[in-house]
Amino acid sequence: MTAGDTHRAIEAVFRIERARLIAGLARIVRNVDLAEELAQDALVIALSEWPRTGVPASPGAWLMTAAKRRAIDAIRRDKMRERKHEEIARELDAEFNGAAEAIEVAMNDDLGDELLGLIFTACHPVLSADARAALTLRVIGGLTTDEIARAFLSSEATIAQRIVRAKKTIGKAALSFEAPHGAERAARLSSVLEVIYLIFNEGYAATAGDDLVRPSLCLEAQRLGRMLAGLTSEDAPENAEVFGLLALMEIQASRLPARTGPDGAPVPLTSRIAPAGTGC
Amino acid sequence: MRVMVFVKATEDSEKGISPTAETAQMFEAMGRYNEELVKAGVMLAGDGLKPSSHGKRIAFDGPGRTVIDGPFAETRELVAGFWLWEVKDMDEAVAWVKRCPNPMPGPSEIEIRPLYEMGDLQEHLTPEAKEIHDRAREKLGGA
Repeated sequence: MTAGDTHRAIEAVFRIERARLIAGLARIVRNVDLAEELAQDALVIALSEWPRTGVPASPGAWLMTAAKRRAIDAIRRDKMRERKHEEIARELDAEFNGAAEAIEVAMNDDLGDELLGLIFTACHPVLSADARAALTLRVIGGLTTDEIARAFLSSEATIAQRIVRAKKTIGKAALSFEAPHGAERAARLSSVLEVIYLIFNEGYAATAGDDLVRPSLCLEAQRLGRMLAGLTSEDAPENAEVFGLLALMEIQASRLPARTGPDGAPVPLTSRIAPAGTGC
Repeated sequence: MRVMVFVKATEDSEKGISPTAETAQMFEAMGRYNEELVKAGVMLAGDGLKPSSHGKRIAFDGPGRTVIDGPFAETRELVAGFWLWEVKDMDEAVAWVKRCPNPMPGPSEIEIRPLYEMGDLQEHLTPEAKEIHDRAREKLGGA
């Protein structure tokens, strides 16, 4: 294996872990931006250590520990800086102790719950639908700002700004990063489903640009839908809605190859051959 | 991209499921692994296959068709189970397979094969063949 191969292998492992890592960290530091940064730091550490040691048996836990150490360092640094302000030093001390404990607790929590919490946060109704879609693609889907910009045919600067603003709004609203329960959950779930369907639709019936369809956005939405179905508990009544959306996306996506010819030109409805019994 | 992931058969898998503690443990680990795949939105389908003694082969030679009953001899070439995954690239597929628990009591092998997607086939098909393929694909609802 060449150094380049090892690099790529590590990055693939990181891609698998990234969303859960950010989810766990966001819950501790209550800041999506910082969580993303800490996750990235963990990747840098892995890239320098794993080529020597090999990929650890539980790469997720390893990355979380590395990021956690960084988080504690960051909190300590903040504390040092703030110490100069005598009047709040004591308060921050207590906060730091709390934060360190919170990390330990969060480490033992079910990572799936945290991921669900992050999905609910990224799709929170305090954000505009566009902001929710961009943030979800970024932190859950792992798309780069450039990829999201290309998908929505927007400029990278616009998308980057949209994401930064969304993160700030979440910070200001002091959201808990936890999946809501009870009556609130149903309302918040609609907000999540709306975002997934918005992403799907942008791929299915592109509102801008020359492409009639952008299958990669459809695939991303379907993956998010499958994730949501896998993360929500099977017997919950809400699950019916999640599976409903997933089924809707699957049946619509099944018609994607028929809608455009090899050159990307639309195939008129009358020239398509309808699958038996669907009438579409 | 979609990939088919094959668990290759071994002498053990060809004997069927043995009711040992080791087997129970493997099933538990595999269950957890499948759960991970589902939660990551990667898994489209997957199942284990019965030993080839339950299988049949149909050999083609011109117009001739001959049915051959299992079991089949070349164990290492047989498939004992499969998944269908949606992943970003082969690197991601490899990373997922590496964290799979060993599906067999002894040494074993898992093979990843990317599926032909729409674009891959275009240049190889005549317009007539393409039309027939499109028709079949539409009925199936695949890519």
